[in-house]
Amino acid sequence: MSCEKATIIGLEVHVQLDTQSKLFCGCSTRFGAPPNTHICPVCLGAPGALPVLNRQALDLAIQVGLALNCEIETNTKWDRKNYFYPDLPKGYQISQFDRPICANGYLDLIDPEAHFADRRVQIERAHLEEDAGKSSHDETGAGGSSKIDLNRAGTPLLEIVTRPDLRSGTEAKAFLTELKLILSNLQVSDCNMQEGSLRVDANVNLHLAEGDRTIATPIVEIKNLNSFRAVQRAIDFESERQWKQWQEDGRTIDQAAKQTRGWDDESGQTVLQRTKEDSADYRYFPEPDLAVVHTTVEQRETIGKKIGPLPSQQRAELISAYSLSAYDAGVLVQQGRRFVDFFETIARPLDDGKLVSNWLQQEVLRYLKEQQADIDQFPVSTEQFIAFLKLIQSGKLDTSRGKAVMQKMMEQRLSLEESMEQLGIAPVEDDELAAICRQVIEENPDIIQQIREGNTKAVGNLIGQAKQINRNVDPALVRKQILNFMKTG
Amino acid sequence: MDLSSFSAHQLIDLLDRQELSAADCVGYFLARTDDQNPELNAFLTVAHESAMDQARSIDQRRQRGETVGRMAGLPVAVKDGICTEGIRTTAGSRMLEEFVPFYNATAVQRLLEADAILIGKTMMDEFGMGSSTENPHFGNTRNPWDPQRVAGGSSGGSAAAVAGGLAPLALGSDTGGSIRQPAAFCGLTGLKPTYGRVSRYGLIAYASSLEQIGPITRSAQDAALLMEICAGHDPSDSTSAQRAVDDYTHQLDSDIQGLRIGVCRDHFGTGLDSEIGVALQEALNVLQSLGAKLVDIELPHASHAVAAYYVIAPCEASANLARFDGVRYTRRAESSSLDQMYSRTRSEFFGQEVKRRILLGTFALSSGYYDQYYRKASQIRRLVKHDFDTALAEVDLLVGPTTPGTALPIGQWEDDPLSMYLADVYTVSANLAGIPALSIPCGTDANGLPIGMQLQGRPFAESTLLQVAHQYQQQTDFHTRRPD
Repeated sequence: MSCEKATIIGLEVHVQLDTQSKLFCGCSTRFGAPPNTHICPVCLGAPGALPVLNRQALDLAIQVGLALNCEIETNTKWDRKNYFYPDLPKGYQISQFDRPICANGYLDLIDPEAHFADRRVQIERAHLEEDAGKSSHDETGAGGSSKIDLNRAGTPLLEIVTRPDLRSGTEAKAFLTELKLILSNLQVSDCNMQEGSLRVDANVNLHLAEGDRTIATPIVEIKNLNSFRAVQRAIDFESERQWKQWQEDGRTIDQAAKQTRGWDDESGQTVLQRTKEDSADYRYFPEPDLAVVHTTVEQRETIGKKIGPLPSQQRAELISAYSLSAYDAGVLVQQGRRFVDFFETIARPLDDGKLVSNWLQQEVLRYLKEQQADIDQFPVSTEQFIAFLKLIQSGKLDTSRGKAVMQKMMEQRLSLEESMEQLGIAPVEDDELAAICRQVIEENPDIIQQIREGNTKAVGNLIGQAKQINRNVDPALVRKQILNFMKTG
Repeated sequence: MDLSSFSAHQLIDLLDRQELSAADCVGYFLARTDDQNPELNAFLTVAHESAMDQARSIDQRRQRGETVGRMAGLPVAVKDGICTEGIRTTAGSRMLEEFVPFYNATAVQRLLEADAILIGKTMMDEFGMGSSTENPHFGNTRNPWDPQRVAGGSSGGSAAAVAGGLAPLALGSDTGGSIRQPAAFCGLTGLKPTYGRVSRYGLIAYASSLEQIGPITRSAQDAALLMEICAGHDPSDSTSAQRAVDDYTHQLDSDIQGLRIGVCRDHFGTGLDSEIGVALQEALNVLQSLGAKLVDIELPHASHAVAAYYVIAPCEASANLARFDGVRYTRRAESSSLDQMYSRTRSEFFGQEVKRRILLGTFALSSGYYDQYYRKASQIRRLVKHDFDTALAEVDLLVGPTTPGTALPIGQWEDDPLSMYLADVYTVSANLAGIPALSIPCGTDANGLPIGMQLQGRPFAESTLLQVAHQYQQQTDFHTRRPD
């Protein structure tokens, strides 16, 4: 049987918004506190307690919505999603059903390395909801009590739902990487997957084209995805699994229920968790304890002004203003907004984006990675960096010795001057360089003659002599100067 | 002194003049409660110690010449569905039999800040679901006018306590008539405020979009006082209104000359006890004699209100009561698995009527039924509201019956929930529309049982209702009559 196979992927991303307090009460959202210390009658679901909306969460959600080109609902409302679970204190979750705060947006994916074609991923909706608490069960098998920590209960989550527009694990990972970059730049979330502040579920099935007909395989929702790499692997695995399954049983989307499968990172497989038959009917209905929230044009504009350039805009800007390649721009932007600011502050006066980009990508990024630090903690100031690169640019400091200087500046936190002094490097002024060049020309008429006869390699000998006079001279500059003097006599 | 028939205002006068100490006042009502509560079953919990401690501290403050609150030393009974810090709050359910809140409802907090004394928690239908305070867990509350009859519900304990002279005034809550109907059955003044006028924070929710805390008192004047203390914006309740609270007391004395009173003739037809019809006609005559003009109005969708109410309220209840799952503050049934724990806890500790409404609501919200039930009921609700908006654009208030009959014998509704639901016919509309509604006594039937008259007004026009009620009470003595 011959047919075209496409993997159809939609993602649901839960982002914990970085607010001071919870979505509907004043309790702290700080991670890692002793169990059940950040709780009050409201987030405990105590009888008679009532929710009050945290406006900051709404503002952050609007920010994300605007960054994802969404329409912002002018009369957003709250709904109750009903289900029983021990770590869900009220027996329902306050969420948004039919009027989410954000809808109908998109995110463009462009891969400079062209692993996939440019793609616009539609954002179906992004709605606010409160998080549940955390259950921990006795996994020793000894049958000990389960424990519940409600510190997380009521933390604001933004659930971002894409249309099924992604076509591979690689694309899904690229989407998540870009989304995370946007969220980090907006400072709306720390996006820490380990602490659960970013959670991803993937809906996957296959579309098989046979002639004019397209057949869809049953949809599988993959949960328990702990990293972007896991998302990519799980989707690729699932795509293969569904293909094999289809070849075995030929069942289509109409003939089998939706499944939920969990990703097992160790075995590299998805494992069946439940089929739709036993999934819940959430019985959504409007939350009577909260009023409809009106957002005004002015409010949206004020929030819109806080967004700043998006990664895609930053990349375009770096390419056009600094003549960087798409790849280099991508690497710099990927480091976050502060890193781009750092780059621009340095590149602007030097007027050589490529030079700055190379130094940042090689020396600075390596250092930050080693130190597990971010650019705000980088020990060399932009002023020092500019002064340093000016020496490189003018040839007063060559690249290999420059690296040694930068090393000292970063690791011993020395100034440019101190580093050079410690390494015995002094910049050679133009006059001095000229004098040295004249000296070696005068002292070596034979070699000059050889050069004039076409043996340009002989200039190496003169450079060597120049370095003996002053070891700080830049060989390239010496060569240039000597050849120049020979021309002008 | 027989304090049991004193109004709150009379008691406050005595207390202010220090002719009566807070300790003596509270002691009196506690003693009377100890004596009569075994028969009436008006209180579920009597706060002997904390009430006496509070009373003594107020007396000391008075003796030291310190300023005290407006209700200093006045005992107040509070419905057990309203949370009281440190005092057991059961909402009339075995599920919460051992629940002691660690916070006060805002309305209670405001009472305490006015130095009122919380003497106990009153009986109610379980979670407010019922109209008779016949409670499967804690027994029946009896009507002081006839102990073989119900006090009404769900705030039956509050009404019985005030009518029986165990407390001068009380807080109740009203989801579909739960303040007004027991007030009518017990010859009292009961006000369901405009939705959002009194904070719901700390009111154990039955149907959140319908219910309000309000006063059950001996007079409109006392109701005005309690409203001035309890009403007002509360940042902890997102549905509480931002607007300022009127000076209700000040407005009581304005005459009602020229006020336009709407009468819906449908409410005087089939289904209404004829004695109530007669009493109401006389009451309308009194109001007319005070200068009010009677205007016939129509409420075309009123007949659908009970049906809409009994969809919306159970839907909200099915979610509101989900938190009682045995995991946290409630009782927990023994079991070997989580699902079993849930089902046993909820089967064992909820009563029949509560389970009935949870099932109704769960069903009505289920996938495939939502449009048929919840959405349709919400549409009716809007129409009911629109009827009131139209009528109240023409008139200042509406007057009619509170209940189709007077207090029923205990046990009458036991196996007939539908009849009980239908008895809410005159009261539920105000909850659906969110408008204020007041019941005051306007006569007695052949059995000597009180008859209630309902006044319904524009949103936040409690002052008009209290004013009309007060003016009426200046001309009549039904509100001062006591059982026996």
